Amino acid sequence: MEPNYEDLAEEGGALELPAEPMRLNMGPSHPAMHGTIRMVLELDGETVNEVDVQPGYLHRGFEKSCERGTWGQVYPYVDRLNYVSPMLNNVGFSLAVEKLCDIKVPERCQWYRMILGELARISDHLTCNSAGAMELGAFTPFLWCVKVRDWVWDILEQETGARLTHSFGRIGGMAKPPTPYLKDSVRAIIPQVYEVLAETESLLLKNRIFLDRMQGIGKLSKERALALGVTGPVLRSTGVDYDVRKANPYLLYDRVDFDIPIGHDGDNYDRFMVRFEEIRQSLKILEQCVEKMADEGPVNVDDPRVILPEKGDVYSTIEGTIAHFKLVMEGFKPPVGECYSYTEGGNGELGFFIVSDGSGTPYRVRVRPPCFYNLQATREMICGEMIADIVPTFGSINMIGGECDR
Amino acid sequence: MSKRVVERLKAQFAALGPGRGVLETSDFRGDETVVVGKGDWLAVAKFLRDDAECAMDMPVDLTAVDYPERAQRFDVILSLRSLAKKHRIRVKTRLADGEKLASVIDVWEGVNWPEREVFDMFGIAFEGHPDLRRILMYPEFEGHPLRKDYDIAQTQPLVEYRDVGEGKFAPFDHNEGQPWTRVDWQERKHGRDIQVSPAIGLQEHQRPTLSKGHEYVAPAVSPDPEE
Repeated sequence: MEPNYEDLAEEGGALELPAEPMRLNMGPSHPAMHGTIRMVLELDGETVNEVDVQPGYLHRGFEKSCERGTWGQVYPYVDRLNYVSPMLNNVGFSLAVEKLCDIKVPERCQWYRMILGELARISDHLTCNSAGAMELGAFTPFLWCVKVRDWVWDILEQETGARLTHSFGRIGGMAKPPTPYLKDSVRAIIPQVYEVLAETESLLLKNRIFLDRMQGIGKLSKERALALGVTGPVLRSTGVDYDVRKANPYLLYDRVDFDIPIGHDGDNYDRFMVRFEEIRQSLKILEQCVEKMADEGPVNVDDPRVILPEKGDVYSTIEGTIAHFKLVMEGFKPPVGECYSYTEGGNGELGFFIVSDGSGTPYRVRVRPPCFYNLQATREMICGEMIADIVPTFGSINMIGGECDR
Repeated sequence: MSKRVVERLKAQFAALGPGRGVLETSDFRGDETVVVGKGDWLAVAKFLRDDAECAMDMPVDLTAVDYPERAQRFDVILSLRSLAKKHRIRVKTRLADGEKLASVIDVWEGVNWPEREVFDMFGIAFEGHPDLRRILMYPEFEGHPLRKDYDIAQTQPLVEYRDVGEGKFAPFDHNEGQPWTRVDWQERKHGRDIQVSPAIGLQEHQRPTLSKGHEYVAPAVSPDPEE
């Protein structure tokens, strides 16, 4: 509104400006809110005074849907939790049910799960970091990183048949044994990923615009992060070295050598750097896994109550037919009980709290979504910053709607 | 998981009378679990955080499970971890329908959203929570979807547009289509039947359903025409 300068002169030169804070609705469908989420902002000029973060727009009833099928039918759902790294969810759910049933899968399967899981972690972190850079105007790093992600997905496609939603995990093993090309494919991309990472960093880390918008923005302190239940790269960027792979090694993570990168400020820059460093550590783990995984040997546990029989046996033997029928119609039946199993997902501690009543249908599948807790801490990162800082801060949280809202 | 934390809790909260203090402990598959009385929920939480031996400073998760056949039908489950001591524990309490539980938000701020989610999904109210709104569902949602007696195929009334009063129709009737669930909780609550699937439903006490609302009638064996 154009001030009336004649009135202004009469009032002694003081201009009355509207002083109430402004309410602004951001999302749920907003280009910066990748993953539908709504933020109701209270603004003082361009500064955010208060924010109400409202998730739930991608709620699809994951936990309710799990209670109607068999345990094996949960896999397509877990694929769609964190749809940037579905293989980590597959492995996490397999481990949860196996913990409930006290099943130990063969060593070759554990290496295989680690390889696929680390590939998924690389694609997760690449997506997050490059999309975050793109939102700040750096389009080239996005294209380069997505190129690398495509190589990773090529391997996953070769192994599982699907690029994104694999549904490849099984209780007591994997859907298929590793292809003979797995090791060569992984070995082939490792040096190329290192190279693209270095190229991407050389584009970004000396760029004034990028640094100004990342360094010192969206800070979260170590104490607040712990109190809010934050895990994963967001927690590690504040300087806490909590990584489930080291703290409670599952699979064979205690037999590979890798480091936990940590930051010290807990700002956007630290989260960015922690993710890129974790990709390097994942590559290091991959190198060791392909060395240590045996070329021959069983992948699935040898238990017809758990694993579907070979297709040939189903058609030719009565035992195979019965086992197939029982597993498909009734489903695999874990013992009565409940357990909590946790793995390191793309965004932090991905936990499954599962309850079985002894039938073939899960009584309750609760997923502990790391995003949900990380998003809870977003309010503290955003309050006091400028409205434009929401974009890189929210990007560096790596909120995945499917996992957060379930 | 740590046995020592369980022992500390037992020592601290044992002599409180029936229905209070530590009621049960278990360690199925290595998960140390403690069931405490609902009146001691907040005191146990404070003790677990402040005691130097326990030092549970990381709230991992808070969730609930519904057992509609029980008088105290809800289990509220809190998972905790200690960063320094590197141990975990699961604390449970049991609630009847309509009972309130003390919020532990003053102990760990991270349970803010999970408590809202449990309220949203199970209808358990937390006393002392500053902002107990629905979080995943919309405010007009009727019922609590993760309760076992909330049918997965249930439809919700259409929320009216704020500027359009009438002229909107509900999408489908809730009795249409294939059944979504393998367990009919309305029936099971009355102790009647457990449906598994049409193909194996001819076992005793199992009533197969072809479609919701239609009883399965076993085909009558037709008499031999020769006789």
